[in-house]
Amino acid sequence: MEIFFVLGTPLIGGALLALWGHRGLAAELNLLMSTLTFIAAAVLTARVISDGPMITPDHQFFVDSLNVFLVALTAFVAMTTAIFSRPYMRIEQAHGRLTETRLRLYHSMYQLFTFTMLLVLLTNNMGILWVALEAATLTTVLLVSLYRTPASLEAAWKYFILCGVGIAQALFGTILLYIASERVLGAGGEALLWTRLQEVSGSLEPTVVSLAFVFLIVGYGTKVGLAPLHNWLPDAHAEGPTPVSAVLSGLLLNVGLYALVRCKVLVDGTLHSHFAGNLMMGFGLLSVVVAAFFLARQRDVKRLFAYSSIEHMGLITFAFGMGGPVASFAGLLHMTVHSLTKSAIFFTVGHAAQKAGTQVIDEIRGLISINPTVGWGLLIGTMAILGLPPFGVFASEFLMLTTAMREQPWATPILLISLGVAFAAVFAKVQPMVFGDSRGEISLKRLPFAPAQIPVFVHLAIVLMLGLYIPPHLADWYRQAAKLIG
Amino acid sequence: MALSLPSQFINLLAAMMLLIAFAMLSQRRVLTLINLFALQGLTLTLSTLLVAWATSQPHLYWSALITFLLKVLLLPWILHRLVRKLNVKWDIETLINIPMTMIVGIVLVILAFNLALPISALAGTITRSTLGIALAIVLLAFLMMITRSKAIPQVIGFLAMENGLFFAATSATYGMPMVVELGIALDVLVGMVILGVFFFQIREHFDSLDIRHLEKLKED
Repeated sequence: MEIFFVLGTPLIGGALLALWGHRGLAAELNLLMSTLTFIAAAVLTARVISDGPMITPDHQFFVDSLNVFLVALTAFVAMTTAIFSRPYMRIEQAHGRLTETRLRLYHSMYQLFTFTMLLVLLTNNMGILWVALEAATLTTVLLVSLYRTPASLEAAWKYFILCGVGIAQALFGTILLYIASERVLGAGGEALLWTRLQEVSGSLEPTVVSLAFVFLIVGYGTKVGLAPLHNWLPDAHAEGPTPVSAVLSGLLLNVGLYALVRCKVLVDGTLHSHFAGNLMMGFGLLSVVVAAFFLARQRDVKRLFAYSSIEHMGLITFAFGMGGPVASFAGLLHMTVHSLTKSAIFFTVGHAAQKAGTQVIDEIRGLISINPTVGWGLLIGTMAILGLPPFGVFASEFLMLTTAMREQPWATPILLISLGVAFAAVFAKVQPMVFGDSRGEISLKRLPFAPAQIPVFVHLAIVLMLGLYIPPHLADWYRQAAKLIG
Repeated sequence: MALSLPSQFINLLAAMMLLIAFAMLSQRRVLTLINLFALQGLTLTLSTLLVAWATSQPHLYWSALITFLLKVLLLPWILHRLVRKLNVKWDIETLINIPMTMIVGIVLVILAFNLALPISALAGTITRSTLGIALAIVLLAFLMMITRSKAIPQVIGFLAMENGLFFAATSATYGMPMVVELGIALDVLVGMVILGVFFFQIREHFDSLDIRHLEKLKED
């Protein structure tokens, strides 16, 4: 029952906001629907904690230890982003970058996007998972092109074509999976249910399943932004409105990775080899390296953090690829802290860019003296994402690296060097933005509406807490989910 | 092994689809390209109907109906309307090196057949030999998307890829579960509508539908 509240609220919200249009309070309505979704997700989480995993009677939706924490995280970040987006989008409107009709589209698509992500997480059907992820692409294409500038149209077009082609590969992978399972489970709806597939994964045909995984990792990997399939990601992050960049980085990449991990569990069950893990480690490591070296060349602040997302997604993919309880635990923890930190960074970057009237790093200076909240938020967020202790990102990266030293010693120096390069590149760019001399030609505007910066500090506080102390319930979840991933 | 009559017919239709895929690869005229796409959809519908009849799988009739409505009527209609409204009806694309593209296409077909061999050996369907063709259609559509520089042909390539995937699903498994097929059809339709809006926006900003204009966002 709770599952339907979680899915229904954003779906109704999308329709409601499309009808509501640009009358007053649309932003508040958006926030209200997101908050209701979060409450529903929190109730669902509480139910799962007390009663254990659940599945709907028709077996189409399910909650287990792997997806429940992602559902909670997704609903939470969607809510805080809605808080941030209210003043942000008003300022954009006041600056004349958006019309009222566009805002209507934005609010409606924001809710539908939340819906599609939650559907990906909650569905038990691998086919529906594909459909929902494709629908998530479509809604975000509209969000990325919201400003209708040549650059945003280009970004959206690239995003659509690349992700469309990528996800078509995933569909072929799903078809192959169905070919394999249909022989065991018989034709019909059952053969694509993940729970059923997992039960029989041992008796699936290994050749077909391994071929299916190759297509699936290319397909869903495009969505995760794994190199060399990452080309769409920086453009989409840089050209869309900042709340969209925050949910893209914080949520959509996670959801894509979730789809990949679900497939990996099945493939491991069939092959009993390290085939899927090796592929994931390869893609992950390549992404870390590529992103780290591209970071130094960025001039646009949103592109900079988009590349940082590629790097972190690569790290998580590598961790899941290594497998084992510790690495998977670290991967799950990293998914959580990366999502929270990166969206917090985008919240601050968004307002900094609005103040400076540009996203070019060299033209944003001295944030800390002009707006201490934004300045400190950006500085602390950057330190957290770069993996400085005592933040949660440090904890998960430490776990990943120590496991890598034991299990895959050859990869450790590559990871360490990449992390070092990334640290130097990002810090050298962010430091003058925060502390630099703001006098001179660069003048930062006063914003017509007060920015909502509470979400930034809430997110960073949680990340700090996760670095120092993981509540037993959460640690328990992570352990169970890690056991499931293997 | 002697093939039964329906299965021979299905193979014939599969061969036709592959032929159409090659024709699309070399077609320069936008209007003809849309018609070829509709024809491919029609062939797909016929082959789905034939599989449905030969194997008495009732749900495949529904898939055939969806395919017919979507890929033979609705999508070509939308495309025709777009072409008329955008006034690119008589657009001719300059394709460089058609013979080379064809040769690459042939290599892709051979690759697809080899890749599909182990799977079609497993599939128990009467249409299993067509799986290689389905994969070849997907790859050829992919090639078409790479070689085209105009927006509409690229999208047609994308849709042709979807045709190939759908064909793979019917030929190897007698179709995906209904709910999944409906979802995929919905995604394709919504995607097409969004792209339609996009075409106008792109035209408005760049004065042409040539996506070579869309290459400004690069790493310096």
